[in-house]
Amino acid sequence: MSTTATAFDVAAVSALPLDAAIGACQDLLEDPSFPTIHAWKESGGKVLGHFQVYFPEELAHAAGMLPVKVRGAPVEMRLADSHFGSYLCSILRSSLEVCLDGRLPLDLFVTHPICDAARNLAGVWSRNLPYPAQILYLPQNVNSAGSAGWLRDEYARLLGDIEGVAGRRVTDADLRRSVAVFNVNRRLLRDLYAIKRETPWLLPVDQSYVLMAIGAVLRREEHNALLAALLPQIRARTARPQDKIRIVLEGGFCEQPPLDLLAVIGQSCYVVDDDLLIGLRFLVRDVEQEGDPLAALARAYIDGSTYSPVQHDTRKPKERMLLDRIRGANAQAAILAAAKMCEPGLDEQVAYTKALEEEEIPYFVTEFEEKMSGFDQMQLQLETFVESILFD
Amino acid sequence: MIAEQDLVGRGAVEGARLMRDWFARLDTAAERKETAAYVFVMGSLAEILRAFDMHLVFPEINSLQTAVRHVAHEYLGMAEDYGYSPDVCGYVKADVAMQLQGGKHSMGRLPKPALALATNACNTYVKWAEFWERYYKIPMVTLDIPGSRRVGGGAAPGSDDFERDRRYLEVQLRELITECERITGKSLDLDRLREVLDFTNRMAAAWKRVLELNQTRPALFNALVDGTVYLGVLNALRGTREGAEYFERLVEEMEYKAAHRLGTLAEEQYRLLFVGVPCYPIFRRFHEMFADQGGVFVASSYLWFAAGGLDLGFQYDLSRPIESLAEGVLVGVGHAGDAMLFHDQSLIEQVDRYEADGIVYHPVKSCRTVSTSLAGSRKAVMKARDIQCLYIESDMMDRRVVSEAQLKNRIDAFFEGLGSQRLRSAATTA
Repeated sequence: MSTTATAFDVAAVSALPLDAAIGACQDLLEDPSFPTIHAWKESGGKVLGHFQVYFPEELAHAAGMLPVKVRGAPVEMRLADSHFGSYLCSILRSSLEVCLDGRLPLDLFVTHPICDAARNLAGVWSRNLPYPAQILYLPQNVNSAGSAGWLRDEYARLLGDIEGVAGRRVTDADLRRSVAVFNVNRRLLRDLYAIKRETPWLLPVDQSYVLMAIGAVLRREEHNALLAALLPQIRARTARPQDKIRIVLEGGFCEQPPLDLLAVIGQSCYVVDDDLLIGLRFLVRDVEQEGDPLAALARAYIDGSTYSPVQHDTRKPKERMLLDRIRGANAQAAILAAAKMCEPGLDEQVAYTKALEEEEIPYFVTEFEEKMSGFDQMQLQLETFVESILFD
Repeated sequence: MIAEQDLVGRGAVEGARLMRDWFARLDTAAERKETAAYVFVMGSLAEILRAFDMHLVFPEINSLQTAVRHVAHEYLGMAEDYGYSPDVCGYVKADVAMQLQGGKHSMGRLPKPALALATNACNTYVKWAEFWERYYKIPMVTLDIPGSRRVGGGAAPGSDDFERDRRYLEVQLRELITECERITGKSLDLDRLREVLDFTNRMAAAWKRVLELNQTRPALFNALVDGTVYLGVLNALRGTREGAEYFERLVEEMEYKAAHRLGTLAEEQYRLLFVGVPCYPIFRRFHEMFADQGGVFVASSYLWFAAGGLDLGFQYDLSRPIESLAEGVLVGVGHAGDAMLFHDQSLIEQVDRYEADGIVYHPVKSCRTVSTSLAGSRKAVMKARDIQCLYIESDMMDRRVVSEAQLKNRIDAFFEGLGSQRLRSAATTA
């Protein structure tokens, strides 16, 4: 296991007063220069960048690489725009931008065909960046009897490529250790979301997002230590419930809404569940630590995962899964957001709205972009929506 | 001996007739409530579905018909009223509007689906088929057909990696067969499957030859206009006797034209490659803006990917039909994927093979699979070859983003560049 470091002192941050600690996490998350990634590289580490949504980060971790979720950034486009057409979402452009200008230094890039645009990224990266880029096909036919075995072998193929970049062999024991680390992380994130569901007045959506999303740029052991230190402090907060409605926020599975947008939502709503960066929480149970670890990871993806608009599974109709999420969190309403030009998100909005109408659950539809900065109009509309529920 | 006037232009006439007949059969099938599967051009699995005598409905073809017939906006508007965003694929929206109207479209009526079949070759396929799955409450099968993982093409047939993917696809095909047996109440007739595969073999071999023949000077057909007719027949009649015979007769026509140097244009000035999806809302006019200046599209990436890889001429081994079908689909759909995602080197090779003077890139709002990386591709190809490239964006369905005047300006400037380049080359040679 690598001991290479990232530039974020978890112990020091954890020792700060809770709000200051979360503030420090937010500063890191919003820093477009990716200091933890650079620190890792400078200390000799290698970085695997993977585009949204889900990626088995355990493979990179077991090889001693830092897995980093390539999730765009609210940056100005200087280099990336000329490589793309016009009708595309922001996250593609900004992800390429931070790689082209060196802010996000990678040694291997993996994309997954989550959408028609993202399936192009391996080709785009290969043209423009000096390190290898490839596609990981995650099954869309998860209902086939052949999918788990094929995915296991596909993970083995990818692991071979990762070993080539990392310059070391990965054993089953390495993989099991990594699975254990990520299992802890999954449990801690489930705990974080349990706080949101059970006592949302203790944890506004923007803060919960920061604490979860920071895992995308930290070693998972550091993220675990941070969450383990801060979650008890959150539970010990003495805030009291306010007159806000409980909502589920849907639409953050790929491009991320600006933190300020989440804060605006948090002013009038308790976000009791969401799909923000769902890839970090895609596996909903611990991955088995016995037997073949690649097979265990594959089975977890097939049989132990949540849902998103970019995966088809006849066992999990997405509108039914949304209704389950709403009921499971005892929510009163839903916010159906979609990133501009995000085809899967926009397509899914149609099915979601029909299902919610049938169940007579109020919903609020909106679009966002990672670099948007004005929220007045959206805030006004949302407040009107909330009032219509509160005073119904 | 066939007279020239009976041979030249036969493919266009017969192709149009075959498509009309095909739509008429769908109309009858709708009336009689016969079993139909909704499928897509990249991985239609026509061979299996035809072996069960199911009607194939290609929503991509139905949708583009609305644009060619200048009524797409009516369908788009209806789907947008239903809740679809202006920013999603126009094909999807036109089809949704057709379904909301009970299958009514500009060429007749569509039978209702008993099965939705999508592949992972396009993510919108999956979202689209999910609409049918929900709307009609029918089974949906999504086939994983893994494509190339990186630049340089997929695993070679026979390699361990290829065999792994092939075995997975074979499992899925057998599951699809089980689903078809359940829907139709019939068992798969392997001899019937072999017959269908043989028709596809004949069609693929002939199609490959047709494409090769267009390397001659002058070009024998326009890959954008004539090619779209051929594509319709390739998909709609894949695995049928009439489809196979049509393409064999088309080879006959093209061989004749090649032997007699009968080009598609009276005076071919510039040989062009087309990359992207046609501009259907102004289909004829778009073509004329090039043809009027002596430009002919000798090849088109559309003819690779929208034919589901049939251009490779892959021949199924009839002695092991299902195994070989898995292999052929993996090779063909993988090739179609490469034509969209990893096409720089293939384009460079086509520039050389077709002796192209220029490339027209036409990314569209509706199709991000095809369009996302064309701007970068243009840069890469221009670095490799001294060739004029035109990059024009519009749409294949939505006339709101098609500006004919702006397109005309850009196209005129492109031809000025082609002319200047030719003068420079002539001066250098002299």
